[in-house]
Amino acid sequence: MAQHTRTRAAYDLLSSMRFAISLLTVLAIASVVGTVLKQAEPYANYISQFGPFWFPVFETLGLYDVYHAAWFLAILGFLVLSTSLCIYRNGPAMLREMRSFREQATERSLRHVHHRAEYGIAAAPETVLQRATAYLAAQGFRFRIIPRGEDTLVAAKAGSYHRTGYLLTHCGIVVICVGGLLDGNIPLKLRQLSGQLVLETRDVPQSQVPPQSRLSPGNLSFRGNVNIPEGTSANVVFQNVADGYLVQELPFTITLKKFHIEHYSTGQPRDFASDIVVIDHETGERYERTIRVNYPFIHRGIAIYQASFADGGTRMQLKGWPLLSPKVAPFDVAGAVNQATRITSGDTEIRVELSDFRPFNVEDLSANTESSRIEVASVSKKVLAQLGSGAADLSKKDLRNVGPSFQYRLRDAQGQAKEFSNYMLPLELEGAWYLMSGVRSTPNEGFRFLRLPLDPDGRIDGHMQLRAVLLDEQAWPEIGRRFANNAVSGSTVPAEMRARLAESAEKVMQLFAVRGFESVGQFIEKGIPQAEQEKAADVYVKVLEGAALEALQLARERARLPPAPFDPKTLRFVRDTLTSVSDSFAYGAPVYLQLVQYEEVKASGLQLTRAPGQNIVYGGSLMLVLGVFAMLYIRERRIWLLVKSAQGKMLLAMATNRQTLENEREFESHKAALAEAVKG
Amino acid sequence: MELAQTLPQQQSWLRRLSWFDWAYAVALLVGAGVALRLYGAYMDSYEQAILVGTAFSLAGLGWHWKAVRTLMIVLVAVSLWSIWLYQGDLARAEQVFFLKYMISSQTAIMWMCFLYAMSGIAYWAGLLARAEGPARAGTGFAWSATAMGFIGLLVRWYESYLIGPDVGHIPISNLYEVFVLFCVITALLYLYYEGRYATRRLGAFVLLIILAAVWFILWYTFDRGAHEIQPLVPALQSWWMKIHVPANFVGYGAFSIAAMVGIAYLLSGKGLLSRVLPPAELMDDVMYKCIAIGFVFFTIATILGAMWAAEAWGGYWSWDPKETWALIVWLNYAAWLHMRLIKGLRGPILAWWAIVGLLVTTFAFIGVNMFLSGLHSYGSL
Repeated sequence: MAQHTRTRAAYDLLSSMRFAISLLTVLAIASVVGTVLKQAEPYANYISQFGPFWFPVFETLGLYDVYHAAWFLAILGFLVLSTSLCIYRNGPAMLREMRSFREQATERSLRHVHHRAEYGIAAAPETVLQRATAYLAAQGFRFRIIPRGEDTLVAAKAGSYHRTGYLLTHCGIVVICVGGLLDGNIPLKLRQLSGQLVLETRDVPQSQVPPQSRLSPGNLSFRGNVNIPEGTSANVVFQNVADGYLVQELPFTITLKKFHIEHYSTGQPRDFASDIVVIDHETGERYERTIRVNYPFIHRGIAIYQASFADGGTRMQLKGWPLLSPKVAPFDVAGAVNQATRITSGDTEIRVELSDFRPFNVEDLSANTESSRIEVASVSKKVLAQLGSGAADLSKKDLRNVGPSFQYRLRDAQGQAKEFSNYMLPLELEGAWYLMSGVRSTPNEGFRFLRLPLDPDGRIDGHMQLRAVLLDEQAWPEIGRRFANNAVSGSTVPAEMRARLAESAEKVMQLFAVRGFESVGQFIEKGIPQAEQEKAADVYVKVLEGAALEALQLARERARLPPAPFDPKTLRFVRDTLTSVSDSFAYGAPVYLQLVQYEEVKASGLQLTRAPGQNIVYGGSLMLVLGVFAMLYIRERRIWLLVKSAQGKMLLAMATNRQTLENEREFESHKAALAEAVKG
Repeated sequence: MELAQTLPQQQSWLRRLSWFDWAYAVALLVGAGVALRLYGAYMDSYEQAILVGTAFSLAGLGWHWKAVRTLMIVLVAVSLWSIWLYQGDLARAEQVFFLKYMISSQTAIMWMCFLYAMSGIAYWAGLLARAEGPARAGTGFAWSATAMGFIGLLVRWYESYLIGPDVGHIPISNLYEVFVLFCVITALLYLYYEGRYATRRLGAFVLLIILAAVWFILWYTFDRGAHEIQPLVPALQSWWMKIHVPANFVGYGAFSIAAMVGIAYLLSGKGLLSRVLPPAELMDDVMYKCIAIGFVFFTIATILGAMWAAEAWGGYWSWDPKETWALIVWLNYAAWLHMRLIKGLRGPILAWWAIVGLLVTTFAFIGVNMFLSGLHSYGSL
């Protein structure tokens, strides 16, 4: 007995609307969690974000993949259960109600209806009935006439389909959830729990992944990704799960013939497309297709989507330039994206990990031109400037393709890495040409750029030669001597003074070779009284520049080149070189890698999904939409007319399932219309 | 029999259409036909279907709500005039007086902003002074602002093709464009209820939310220069956009009106402005109607979004932040409707709930783009 009542209570609770509403609320709140915390990131990110204490706690709670966590699925399960019970509980009554005309209404019950009126009948009851029913029929009511002794009851109704709305929406929800569960990963989870399936966490070639981490082509539903370089094939995709992955085998092989990427003139991508060949394993049939974003190819219920693109291993010829060496000793490096090579710098070995290649880069260089100067304009001027078409004012922008760039990481023996991004072609900035190399320590930072000025011949060699001489201890005395000779010409200058000049030039160069301008500045701050520091700094810079000019001539002699003319261009080159050398100390790498030649290989990122529940979900959605329309826009109205021949009276009552302002208006209109019907 | 004459006949809805209604519908269909003939070759079959479907829907809308006919005539006439003035040359936006100061897209949108501001002022004057005159002016300003907004969008659509045939696209693809869309749709929905309930008193409140959007548009234009037409990223190059986005914004607009009416309802309940505001039952009814229509459109928009996602992202539901927040918004209003329709709940709680609902909706609309990342990042600030 107690058992029975408890079951009954549980049933009542589960099928109650209060419970359903609570579930909706809980589901909404639970869903928020997954939007606030980024889902399915590599676990290392979570560890660094939450620390070693909270990481396992959140992992147990399933917060890294909320929408597939057991508790979340349980809420969904309860929602399906509650909705189903609700349909089971109320559905039959709803259907009965829909069909019924409520013929059993009594006069007493009609007198309790909110909208009601009573008329005195002047015409014959039959005429009244005839007129009234004709009116109701014209108004879209269906009716029954029920004789009640001397009286006659007309029970009419319209808009009964309103109630199908209830059934359709609630069934729709259940159908959508069932379809969604079909496409969900519950079977996968169960197999994982029972140990049949083990996540692969190692970074190994696909062929080495053991069978317990592989899913057969018969797998009902999956969603996986694969990157295919041009000219290669794939017959599996990878499904990321928690901190590992599973290999999903496909019933066909996909070969990427070519990946296309087109751009707008502004550099934004316009189209991604992959020319693929799909060969079915079973039938051997061959399908050549081009897929693009929004236009997938579907084979055997598996949709192949264009999802992303990447470099597929572009081969590159690089030239390595030691930056802080007193010798000009470039060396060749060959490599490909996603591969690593080693280079030696002095006695340390550095690992070069080539990570990306971009065939072109469109940059807005207007920030370097005059138009970027801050302009104070009046409000009216500002408004006027905005009037006109919505087209971008391209005169304000200076969009230019600055050519290919490549990215790489340099990793030292301790495993510390810095990331670099170098442009292949020089860039013109403020009238001079530079090779640019960006560097950053973490992926969240922007790149800081080192500028390497080109020599007047437009090559980097001159810069590298000057750089080497500047850092060459053995060259300093010679440079000092030449500087002293040229700085103060004429034979009247005492030798002692010349020697002092030469010595100070040598000293500045020595200081500069430690950490660039930084060490020169430190020396001044320490050794010279504050009042004279500014003046001293001026002198030191002048001496350094003078010495560097001499160094340039020396470098050119060493390279067997004629002396450089003394003109503003040369001065600019020397100053830029000094800045560049000084910045090199903070560059974070002892070498600069110059891209000499490349052979591009692109890769296309494909996503493959099989979702057998999709059409079920769509069916459920259709039911939902139809149901919502029916519920909200079909109003159920019932009208009863009780014609009491004996008293010569007619009672009108109208009931609706919903209280809205229209009811009032409609009732008044019916009331007035029916008043005509009772007239003699 | 005589009854047929004396009793009102509601069945003959089609027969009650005037020659003007028919001419209007025929003109729309002819327009769609001309467009198909001229540009049909550049559209896929879905886009052609959307074009024809739009013509039929606008005909139906005009039949149901007569004011739409006039609006449509104005929109078509002025947009065609603007296109004629352009003569296929974008530079004429700076040279031709009427383009520069009236009906190029940016200018029209600036006019829209100005006219909504005037409308807001007039509605408030009408409300506080309990005068019909200013309120009437508010309605007039709101209609003209809405017309200018639509003209701005239509001309912008044309301008985008002048930039380049591959750049051209319907102007509902980024945050700037959809804010303009939000303003005009919200205003239009409000004007519909204003006519239906014969009260101008709620305009003051609804214009507040529209003016918030106007403020955003101005900030976005002057501070960020976000008004510039941008080409479409590949994921957005789909006919789905033409139905998914507008459906969503009918939802957003309707929810916004419901919340603003909710505020009016609560103020009136506290005795503030209660003598000038419409009766509580009327406001309650408007609130319900708005949430109902918003819910219908939001449901459809979310489903369309899921179907588009299945084509573009490889899955109809990825628990992307935007999707998830759309679900949250949907659940919220589903609960609201349950409480009202089935539990029969009325009064301040529902008004408060509608206001909170708008906060949730706003977060789903803008907050997700600002604070959360995901696939749906076209409208990032």
